[in-house]
Amino acid sequence: MPNKDKIVRVPIGPQHPALKEPESFMVDLQGERISSVALRLGYNHRGIEKGCEERTYVQDVYLIERVCGICSHSHSTAFVQAVEEIAGLELPRRAKYIRTLIGELERIHSHLLWLGVAGHEIGFDTLLMYTWRDRELVMDLLAELTGNRVHYAMNVIGGVKRDVALDQYARILSVVDALEERTKYYIELAMTEETLAQRLSGVGYLSKADAERLGTVGPTARASGVDRDTRRDDPYASYDELEFQVITDERCDVFGRTVVRLGELMQTYSMIRQILKQMPDGPISVKAPLRIPAGEAVGRYEAPRGEDVHYVRANGTDKPERVKVRAPTLANTQSVAKMLEDGYLADLPIVVAAIDPCFSCTDRMIGVRGAGGAKVMNWEELVQYGVRWHRERGVDLSSLKMRGDVTA
Amino acid sequence: MTVGTAVLSILVFPGFLFLVVLGLAGEFVDRRLYARLQNRQGPPWYQPVADMLKLFGKEDVVPEEADRRVFNLAPVFALAAVVAASLYIPLWGTQALLPFDGDLIVVVYLLLIPTLTFFLGGWTSSSVFATLGAMRAITQVFAYETPLLVSLLAPALLANSWSISGIAAYYSAHPWLWAVNLIGFGVALVALLGKLERVPFDIPEAETEIVAGVFTEYSGRRLAFFRLAIDCEAIVGASLVAAIFLPFGLGLAPWLGILVYLAKVLFVLAVLALLRTLFARLRIDQMIAFCWKVLAPIAFLQVLVNLIVRELI
Repeated sequence: MPNKDKIVRVPIGPQHPALKEPESFMVDLQGERISSVALRLGYNHRGIEKGCEERTYVQDVYLIERVCGICSHSHSTAFVQAVEEIAGLELPRRAKYIRTLIGELERIHSHLLWLGVAGHEIGFDTLLMYTWRDRELVMDLLAELTGNRVHYAMNVIGGVKRDVALDQYARILSVVDALEERTKYYIELAMTEETLAQRLSGVGYLSKADAERLGTVGPTARASGVDRDTRRDDPYASYDELEFQVITDERCDVFGRTVVRLGELMQTYSMIRQILKQMPDGPISVKAPLRIPAGEAVGRYEAPRGEDVHYVRANGTDKPERVKVRAPTLANTQSVAKMLEDGYLADLPIVVAAIDPCFSCTDRMIGVRGAGGAKVMNWEELVQYGVRWHRERGVDLSSLKMRGDVTA
Repeated sequence: MTVGTAVLSILVFPGFLFLVVLGLAGEFVDRRLYARLQNRQGPPWYQPVADMLKLFGKEDVVPEEADRRVFNLAPVFALAAVVAASLYIPLWGTQALLPFDGDLIVVVYLLLIPTLTFFLGGWTSSSVFATLGAMRAITQVFAYETPLLVSLLAPALLANSWSISGIAAYYSAHPWLWAVNLIGFGVALVALLGKLERVPFDIPEAETEIVAGVFTEYSGRRLAFFRLAIDCEAIVGASLVAAIFLPFGLGLAPWLGILVYLAKVLFVLAVLALLRTLFARLRIDQMIAFCWKVLAPIAFLQVLVNLIVRELI
């Protein structure tokens, strides 16, 4: 029996087998129980927003798609929606339908991927192998429709790049039928498998009040009873012409998040059938100007992980003045610390995984941390810091020409 | 038995070398079955050997703060204890290599040593993950060891012998009494999962929480020794369960006896692989609650049944 007062500090991350991306959870343990968690992001900042300002809108669509390797269509759609709003483009209906179709197929592959990861985190590798096998169906389908498995490159400003041929409808429907059968099996499994229920029920509790206070989004919020879904609340693409339910759950735990995602999968299958039935004929894009007139807009998109928000400010040139990406994970990270309160170390991986985190997509800022804690630097300070750092080590860089006046 | 043949049988057949070959083959069977049950291809037959050779060729790092002596000796002790245990278990026929009265207790004790070495190795390697793994390993021992021991004691009570060879001989003479011990067989299999640290009881090495648990700081040769010890432990555990709970075909010709023995071990390994496919990993508190509230009472029920049956016959 460990000493009750003795606290063991366990570093989960930045490199750890439970994490697919670098982030850090400094966990203080009393025995097997968590007494506090310090969360730290920022290990994978890629400078995408700055990169967008340096490139043209056409190139930006390509870059923005690479914010995330799972919900790539979500990010590119949110971005082009904002740009189209500034440019005042009215999309052909068929383009909207194809965007919705790819978006929903992406949701299938993302949710199945999540289910497998969740299984792996609680040591249920059989579930991982099964779901990822089934996921191959939709991945193959996406590759067939778009040419790529992950970065579909379907969006262009003013529409989509490829049409969906009539003979592909049957193929899509057969995949949807097959996956619906599998999803029903997983729902039954989740409801009846004892060890699964034991590991998920009551774990990572987040009350409705906390979910709202912490600004939680997506399935994580909906599993805490927050009835919020951008697809219904602020319809984009062709969601206003589709019938679907927003799945919510009152369990507020990881089990609820599983149930919500499985329920959303069933809704998605029905939506895809509606899309194929209602798909109008016509062109798939309108011509977009290279120079976007000055203005600003926000693109909202219900990604598989929650609401994805892109802000774009245009200044009349062919490059945006500012692009801001708020990935859904950023909205959900705050709630993780709350969920982990007084939990078990064994539950940490599944609680973190249950928000379906995508930390690389979230990282936006560099914080330099010394003995005095966090410090935010602007460009000049950063240059001076670098010059000073090198000078202390015998290298003088102050004569180099840099942006900003260097007088360190 | 002369000294020469004794040394030969301890080191080669059916001792150390035989056990190692069987252990590696057993690992292959387990991984292959696990993979096929998960709809995967699984590794080729030589994969466990290749893994072992690779580990033996790798750099062997000892953490600076670790207690070198304990850290180095733990893997060797683990393997030695398992091999020693195999000498008291009748593999085919009803006679073990070195049977004596009371060897059942000795075998259970020897099979406990690997877990203790995991604890010591993990504890002394001074890494926080290994320390946590060590704590969990030792906590887990207190959960599964009692049901395991009790489930093995019940058949011994009925056979009125403390020697595994004696138990095997008794059930060989009264073939239908094995059916009385079915509950104990189930308990022993589940407890064996705990001993071998497999899903749902792989808590001490839960990779998504504590990296590789007690083995986090082990590498190269020492890790290979641990791996080998676990492989052999699976075989010895399966042999023990087979000798006590599956007393069939013990009086056959040696070559046929070996085949029957291999079939029994294969059967036990297959059941273990199936079980670890079916479940998610439990939490340590759930595991302890399960072992004490469910598994132990069932094991004691078996003892009660066997006491009653003993009065009846």
